[in-house]
Amino acid sequence: MTDVAPAPFRNEKALRRLKKRRAADARFRLYGLSAIAFALLALSVLVASIGFQAISAATYHKVGFDVVLDPAVIAPKGKDTPADISRNVDGFYALIRSNLQGTFPEAAEDRMATRQLGDLVTRLAVLPTAKWVSENPTQIGQAATIKVPLSDDLDLYLKGAVSKEFRLRLGDISAVTEAAPRQVRLTGDGAFKALQSLIAVQRQEVGDAVDARSILISAGSTTGRIMSLDADAAEVTLLTGSATDFSNVRPTARMIELPETERNVSDLQIAWTLALKDKGRVSRVPHTSLLTHTDSTYPELAGALAAIVGSLLTMMVTAFIAIPIGIFASVYLEEFAPRNRLTEIIEVNINNLAAVPSIVFGLLGAAVFLGFFGLPRSAPLVGGLVLALLTLPTIIIASRAALKSVPPSIRAAALAVGASKMQSVFHHVLPVAGPGIFTGAILGMARALGETAPLLLIGMVAFVADVPVGPTDEATALPVLIYSWSTNAERAWEPMTAAVIVILLMFLITMNGIVVLLRRRFERRW
Amino acid sequence: METTMTESRDVSAAGITMDETQGLTFPRIECKNIDVFYGDKQAIFDISLPIPDRSVTALIGPSGCGKSTFLRCLNRMNDTIESCKVTGEIIMDGENINDPDIDPVLLRSRVGMVFQKPNPFPKSIYDNIAYGPRIHGLAASREDLDAIVEKSLRRAGLWDEVKDRLTSPGNSLSGGQQQRLCIARAIAVRPEVILMDEPCSALDPVATARIEELIDELRKRYCIVIVTHSMQQAARVSQRTAFFHLGELVEMGETDQIFTNPRERRTEDYITGRFG
Amino acid sequence: MSDHIVSAFTEELDKLAADILRMGGIVETMILDACAAVNKNDVDGARDVVARDEQVDKIEADVERQIVSLIARRQPMAHDLRAVFSALKVVGELERIGDLSKNIAKRTQRLDENVGASMRKGIYRMASPVSRQLNMVLDAYATGNAAAAKAVWEGDEDIDQHYNSLFREMLTYMIEDPRTIGAGAHMLFMAKNLERIGDHCTNIAEFVYFQATGEYLLSTDRPKTPHLDG
Repeated sequence: MTDVAPAPFRNEKALRRLKKRRAADARFRLYGLSAIAFALLALSVLVASIGFQAISAATYHKVGFDVVLDPAVIAPKGKDTPADISRNVDGFYALIRSNLQGTFPEAAEDRMATRQLGDLVTRLAVLPTAKWVSENPTQIGQAATIKVPLSDDLDLYLKGAVSKEFRLRLGDISAVTEAAPRQVRLTGDGAFKALQSLIAVQRQEVGDAVDARSILISAGSTTGRIMSLDADAAEVTLLTGSATDFSNVRPTARMIELPETERNVSDLQIAWTLALKDKGRVSRVPHTSLLTHTDSTYPELAGALAAIVGSLLTMMVTAFIAIPIGIFASVYLEEFAPRNRLTEIIEVNINNLAAVPSIVFGLLGAAVFLGFFGLPRSAPLVGGLVLALLTLPTIIIASRAALKSVPPSIRAAALAVGASKMQSVFHHVLPVAGPGIFTGAILGMARALGETAPLLLIGMVAFVADVPVGPTDEATALPVLIYSWSTNAERAWEPMTAAVIVILLMFLITMNGIVVLLRRRFERRW
Repeated sequence: METTMTESRDVSAAGITMDETQGLTFPRIECKNIDVFYGDKQAIFDISLPIPDRSVTALIGPSGCGKSTFLRCLNRMNDTIESCKVTGEIIMDGENINDPDIDPVLLRSRVGMVFQKPNPFPKSIYDNIAYGPRIHGLAASREDLDAIVEKSLRRAGLWDEVKDRLTSPGNSLSGGQQQRLCIARAIAVRPEVILMDEPCSALDPVATARIEELIDELRKRYCIVIVTHSMQQAARVSQRTAFFHLGELVEMGETDQIFTNPRERRTEDYITGRFG
Repeated sequence: MSDHIVSAFTEELDKLAADILRMGGIVETMILDACAAVNKNDVDGARDVVARDEQVDKIEADVERQIVSLIARRQPMAHDLRAVFSALKVVGELERIGDLSKNIAKRTQRLDENVGASMRKGIYRMASPVSRQLNMVLDAYATGNAAAAKAVWEGDEDIDQHYNSLFREMLTYMIEDPRTIGAGAHMLFMAKNLERIGDHCTNIAEFVYFQATGEYLLSTDRPKTPHLDG
């Protein structure tokens, strides 16, 4: 020990205090980082889950049909005007059905199978073709390849979304013996060994439930169901195609986890789809109809076009009403209104209005615009009006904040050179506050774009099959479409809904992008 | 009371040689019994003050003494404050400019103002100057306007520094240049009176010196009233000085006299740094 | 007058005044001692007075340095400005008075030992009113008393008359006895020096008056007896 006094900067106590303080700093930084990390995680999970779901809706399957556009079927006497042709769903569908029946003659054997075959393609799926033919009447009587969407359930099956499926390549089949019509025995030395062990493994996992599963065996366009098997042979019921396809090939076996009774697609339909696919008639194409079609009860035919247009029309009405009123109101309140009790009350109420639940605005819209003014239901005009009311407080508050941030010295400078109050506001204050005001306006619009509740109450939830062209036409909006699609039962709606959510998010991101751009471009520093 | 003060000033003036340019002509503005109220609070008490033409009158006093408020009476900038009420007469060209019938917008084109912080418009240098003439219709053509801009910038001693970048924004100039730009902007509308509210308080000493030099130049043409916290500045730039305290005009006289031999004890205490 | 908000300013002004008063005190004794030396033909005393002038010059230089620094750092205003200005002037006047006293002391060393006591007495008699003037004006400076300063300023009249009578007296001595002409000439210069000291005192009085009131005492206001030739 030396008897030198401890340096004042480095005594024990100070060091201890310093350590504590640094620890507190580090802790605080950690809290902040973890808060941000949590927010980022939540956001990425949200985006990833929606994106993941939506991706499967980005493409869908179409089946091609080589048909002759027989005028007797599609344009019979007395129903041969273009308008008739474009509506002749029955005629066009008959072409497709007869094509399918020609391809799969076994379906004619019983009515059940005939119906199932018809379900491969939705009747209404031929509408675009009918429209195309009606616009190109020279095609009548010609051969044509019609491509129509595959039914939603089979589309999902092909995307692997119906059920888990175990797929195996079997051994060589050496002999095919036909025991009865459509009953075949396939033999091959150890050809089914792998399948047998798969079944054994599955049996260990799920017990006897494995017996309820369908095991399909396919070679080329031929598919059958395995009824029983041992290592070297299997009894197969042919579903489609001819038994000869199995000889001397290594067929593929599929064990479908979900029993046939529990799914919307039968083994027979799967067999047909696989056969169509084998023939190269099924193609996976970008799901453009999502953007070009209007709503439909069939997911494979449904699109968001009507909702997109409806949303745009609604936004236009909202913008035309809310932005000018909002700006004028905020300019008046901020620059001209005398400071007294009345303006205070108005201010407080505007702030309160911003916090009113949106559904209340819907009720108000329904009562006032529909009930009192008698405006048409389900119209973008009414939706726009309601959303304008909804965004008005947001726009006013944001605009006032922007106006407040303009330094008072600018106003004083303008007044001092002899500008009138109005001139000082319009020549100097507004140009400076402009980007801020537009930021507020666009953010308000973005909020309105995502609103569902008030639109439900004014009837914009209606099923709209036509694209609206004016603000008084029946329309729906994107968030409402999301809401109504998400309430549909069929599995195929799920990815579709996600896809529309992605579209809506794109709109919002674009609007926010404009905000960022405006800020970058025009922000001024003082 | 007021008259005796004026007389005593004249007597003392006899002994002091004065610069010819400051020759005290008739008062450009004659303030009579000005009272200013903010709501119920009286900020200025019965101030009467003649402001001579073609000279600089400095208003000094501690913070909150009402000198800025008084200055703002002269171009009725107090009108923009709702609770503010000004009574009394401010005679300019035989008219009481405090009369509600007088348009403050017109008044402000004749009484320019320069503020504490340089506050150019967020526009180009050219537009900063041209704005006033445009709204008052002082320029018949683009050439006229160019001429006004050049003349104003020249008078503000800024022309040589900015003539090559008239389109760049006013905020891009340095603080001192911005303040001279503001002075040029005030000059551009052809005022007769220029009010300056602590024009150098945000500037460094060099920029301050430039502004003071400019003020000295400008006083040959304009009646200038300047509020300043710096007594040295008041002493340097002004010909007459008025000392305000607690909303009252304590003393008013030749700057020489105020700074060498003030009559009032309060003035003396303030300018020698003895205020309690 | 109350203190400045910046107390160092007050202290510096006080120190300035104190130094000037100390200088004034030294100068005052120099006048009296120089004239006493004339009276007693005290050559050593005279040498001592000459030596003291150096001290006076040193103080003057120091005071001037203080004033320059004070103006540079404090920018005095109003009363303070006048105080600093008069300090600068007063210190110069005191230095001149010191020089004149030194001159009397130097002349004492050259005086013929045989100069009559009556002749020497004349100078000695004039010394006391002159030093009293200085004393009074320094009092007025210390207290900032404008009235006292004005009294000193008006008192110069007496000094002038004193000088006039001494002048005649010396002339009479020299006419009576031409051998005294050499000494008489010295004596006349001494008398003239004393009279100049009196003038410097009135100058100081003017500055004290200016410092106190901010106004100038103008020499035209003062009734002046017509000056003698010489």
